[in-house]
Amino acid sequence: MQFMLLFSRQGKLRLQKWYVPLSDKEKKKITRELVQTVLARKPKMCSFLEWRDLKIVYKRYASLYFCCAIEDQDNELITLEIIHRYVELLDKYFGSVCELDIIFNFEKAYFILDEFLLGGEAQETSKKNVLKAIEQADLLQEVNYSLSLSLPHAVFMV
Amino acid sequence: MPAVSKGDGMRGLAVFISDIRNCKSKEAEIKRINKELANIRSKFKGDKALDGYSKKKYVCKLLFIFLLGHDIDFGHMEAVNLLSSNKYTEKQIGYLFISVLVNSNSELIRLINNAIKNDLSSRNPTFMCLALHCIANVGSREMAEAFAGEIPRILVAGDTMDSVKQSAALCLLRLYRTSPDLVLMGEWTSRVVHLLNDQHMGVVTAAISLITCLSQKNPEEFKTCVSLAVSRLSRIVSSASTDLQDYTYYFVPAPWLSCKLLRLLQCYPPPEDGAVKGRLVECLETILNKAQEPPKSKKVQHSNAKNAILFEAIALIIHYDSEPNLLVRACNQLGQFLQHRETNLRYLALESMCTLASSEFSHEAVKTHIETVINALKTERDVSVRQRAADLLYAMCDRSNAKQIVAEMLSYLETADYSIREEMVLKVAILAEKYAVDYSWYVDTILNLIRIAGDYVSEEVWYRVIQIVINRDDVQGYAAKTVFEALQAPACHENMVKVGGYILGEFGNLIAGDPRSSPLVQFNLLHSKFHLCSVPTRALLLSAYIKFINLFPETKPTIQEVLRCDSQIRNSDVELQQRAVEYLKLSSIASTDVLATVLEEMPPFPERESSILAKLKKKKGPGAVSGNELEEGKREGGELNGAGERPGDSSAIGASNAVRLHIPTHSLNYDIIYPPPPLFQSTPSPSADLLGLRSAAPVSAAPPSAGSLLVDVFSEAGPAAPAAGANDDGFLRFVCKNNGVLFENQLLQIGVKSEYRQNLGRMYLFYGNKTSVQFVNFTTTLKPVDPLVEGGAQVQQVINIECLTVFSDAPLLNIKFRYGGALQNLTLKLPVAINKFFQPTEMSSHDFFQRWKQLSQPQQEAQKIFKANHAMDTEVLKAKLLGLGTALLEKVDPNPDNFVCAGVIQTKAQQVGCLLRLEPNAQAQVHTHFPVRALGLESRPLGVSSVTTLSLCVSVVHHSFICNKCL
Repeated sequence: MQFMLLFSRQGKLRLQKWYVPLSDKEKKKITRELVQTVLARKPKMCSFLEWRDLKIVYKRYASLYFCCAIEDQDNELITLEIIHRYVELLDKYFGSVCELDIIFNFEKAYFILDEFLLGGEAQETSKKNVLKAIEQADLLQEVNYSLSLSLPHAVFMV
Repeated sequence: MPAVSKGDGMRGLAVFISDIRNCKSKEAEIKRINKELANIRSKFKGDKALDGYSKKKYVCKLLFIFLLGHDIDFGHMEAVNLLSSNKYTEKQIGYLFISVLVNSNSELIRLINNAIKNDLSSRNPTFMCLALHCIANVGSREMAEAFAGEIPRILVAGDTMDSVKQSAALCLLRLYRTSPDLVLMGEWTSRVVHLLNDQHMGVVTAAISLITCLSQKNPEEFKTCVSLAVSRLSRIVSSASTDLQDYTYYFVPAPWLSCKLLRLLQCYPPPEDGAVKGRLVECLETILNKAQEPPKSKKVQHSNAKNAILFEAIALIIHYDSEPNLLVRACNQLGQFLQHRETNLRYLALESMCTLASSEFSHEAVKTHIETVINALKTERDVSVRQRAADLLYAMCDRSNAKQIVAEMLSYLETADYSIREEMVLKVAILAEKYAVDYSWYVDTILNLIRIAGDYVSEEVWYRVIQIVINRDDVQGYAAKTVFEALQAPACHENMVKVGGYILGEFGNLIAGDPRSSPLVQFNLLHSKFHLCSVPTRALLLSAYIKFINLFPETKPTIQEVLRCDSQIRNSDVELQQRAVEYLKLSSIASTDVLATVLEEMPPFPERESSILAKLKKKKGPGAVSGNELEEGKREGGELNGAGERPGDSSAIGASNAVRLHIPTHSLNYDIIYPPPPLFQSTPSPSADLLGLRSAAPVSAAPPSAGSLLVDVFSEAGPAAPAAGANDDGFLRFVCKNNGVLFENQLLQIGVKSEYRQNLGRMYLFYGNKTSVQFVNFTTTLKPVDPLVEGGAQVQQVINIECLTVFSDAPLLNIKFRYGGALQNLTLKLPVAINKFFQPTEMSSHDFFQRWKQLSQPQQEAQKIFKANHAMDTEVLKAKLLGLGTALLEKVDPNPDNFVCAGVIQTKAQQVGCLLRLEPNAQAQVHTHFPVRALGLESRPLGVSSVTTLSLCVSVVHHSFICNKCL
């Protein structure tokens, strides 16, 4: 996967994740073009389109569009399910996720994504394992480690 | 699970975000942001040291502002400070900021790398993962330099936690993609491959992405992954849907991993081990069987996951292209999807069938779906689906259904979306040309194309129709008549005027007998369009007019009057003015004979790959062109034509050149020059055309994809084949020798004797009439010969050859004569390939290898690995290599099985020294490794043409070895 974008029906970008090095200018240009292209499509249309030399896979969940750019040899359907799994993860973490959750807790949305996908590839597809990792991280923030370096191990192992 | 309140929420951040959301206008938002930026800046610069929480909050605000699309030019240092915080959330926000706002400021990178190093060695898995995520997100070269050595160790260490292994694998993948030279697996290779056996499914899922990427680049080193992947796949495919617990997704066991396993296998040929192969075929069959089972869930996620695996399996079946049974089953399965109610499935089925269409085993099966596909083209509501349908029609087209498909595409073009029109036009033009049985159909199709979608008809398309009409005299009259009729339309496209002007200028005489299309009528019709046209078209029309004066002397006064009027002779456009002045002068002072010579009918264009095909390839990028096209258009050098033949391009042609170009080739004072002289001065030199080869990479044993750029000089001539290369076999015979029979049919035998020295050559052609009847009007494009060839007689022709620069296409020889009233038209490749200009060079072993080593840059080497088609006999190989023209250096290579040769290719422009080495694979007895290295002997660096030379040499040799006709 080359990048993933989340944007609203109004075209507001809510999350952007780039797995290939691009300049800020180029990123903005791509975002603008793609948001426009995807928003112009009608509901029953297919979820895939060719764009430049990439394949775009997108799906709308309520007011949010999830949009991934994959390469020629990548699998469209499994990418569609990548999107769905990410939505499930957000949903489980926030409890009936809505656009506002992602706006106000954007950093969490990024953390969850990093646990799920890394370098544009699936790192961990088990919902349980991803959420476990995030929960452990959430637990960690309550603890101050300044006293001991071995403590984090202990907490983590619990 | 508690919702949003999780973690230590940053109240200040939430307030700020609300404020931004409440802004009524863009201006208000910018104002609020600027206020916040000023606030943060003052906090960061303030005297009071900020506590970790505040720092985190402000950094997070900056990040939010950046993600809104505003520039951020400070705060990086504070973010870096957060990295070394002991508090997890502070560290985490620091890493997030760095990941999103990478700054290659060297000072910072050093600090960041330091922090990462600390976390990597902390032995705290959570911290290690954070650090690895950061490396994977940034993926810069500096990070690769710092960590590429350490990460493989983490990945394979026995005591590494699973979650860290997963991050390490993908982190390494990202670094490998950006800096492959820095990531060296070396000793770790086998342990990395064995991660496929790991008990933890998550580890396998992450590792396989890395392994796939590494396998693509180094298939040989990673090939043990094949059997591991097959057994892993087999275990997943045969597992019950609950076996894999949380890795089962909507009743489908491990869909992501399955897809990746199937993808990995596509990096390799079918397994050689029978047991492994059997197991794999079983898996593929199971996957196909499952597609027929009733769904275990109505949820779309279930069917998507299941079908994702199915499509990947089909991709593998197509990749192997060796199991007819599976291919046909795949095709049937896709056929079902073509009518599925899910648009996504219809889209993917159309896409996947495109590749199936190119397999000989399934091409016919794909064709049975033609009606469904045509229907999709007509009725699909989504343009991207229609596009796929058009692609599939293009891919399934062959001689049997070309007329139907072209007609459907043409009618679709009338209403097609603007976004895909140009591509559709190219496709129609290619199909029409490729499968034209009668050329009147071809002419009709192209003229229709111009009528329906004139704006989208690129120059290549109308150049091409003219090339074909010029080269085929059986269609010229028809073309003139049709174009004359098309021009009758009150509003016709400018491209139609161009084609009309050109064709009537050349062949208007063929329809002049009919009073309805008498010369003056033709002229008036053309001239009625003149004022509506752009300058280049007007320039073309002026050339057509001067040709009219030659064809129809009676039009001379009318045309001279037109040329003489102020709007022509004083035209503000220099080109038009010059043409008008020169043509007027020419028409008034030149005698009829001179006019007839200067304005003679255009000589045939050299037959090459269609320039349109090259354009389509360029447009779609490699890989987009379907398989059978790749077969037929293997020569990426097809770009050669792009500019090589531009019948009507007048924009850059001075009028003086325009006249010169009408001089038939054979009246020039040289016999033939390589490459064939461009018909127009404006055409770039052929070596410039070869730029497409600049990226020519050595071809490895990998499957011949669009990436193989070696110019395959002897592959089947392009789609324009009907006339060219009637003597491909004969031609191949001459690769390693100079004398023999070039062509023979029932009427005619052509023998050749040739000799070459340096960049010069002389060729004797013997035309033998095998019949008892005389040939009349016998002409060749080379130089005049006796027009009468008596039955049983032989005519001899001598031509001198000079190699000006490196070339790839053999020059063509066109022969025409009448035999018993019927016109015979023959286009042959003259047996001249680049190796004819080899000058052998003897050298010692020491010299050879010293030079060999010096020539190690990628652009100085080309190589090819290929299967020898027949047993390799040392003596035969030697004879072939000697015949190639190089010196065969005995006892130079320490390995007695290898052959090394040296020679210098002599062209007028430059000399290219070549070292060749043929490495027959003794064990396999079939594979031959053939690297060539070369150096331009001039002091300047090795240019494009030298690279071309290399590729050409490899190609020549390759063909001489797979072809048993060469000796």
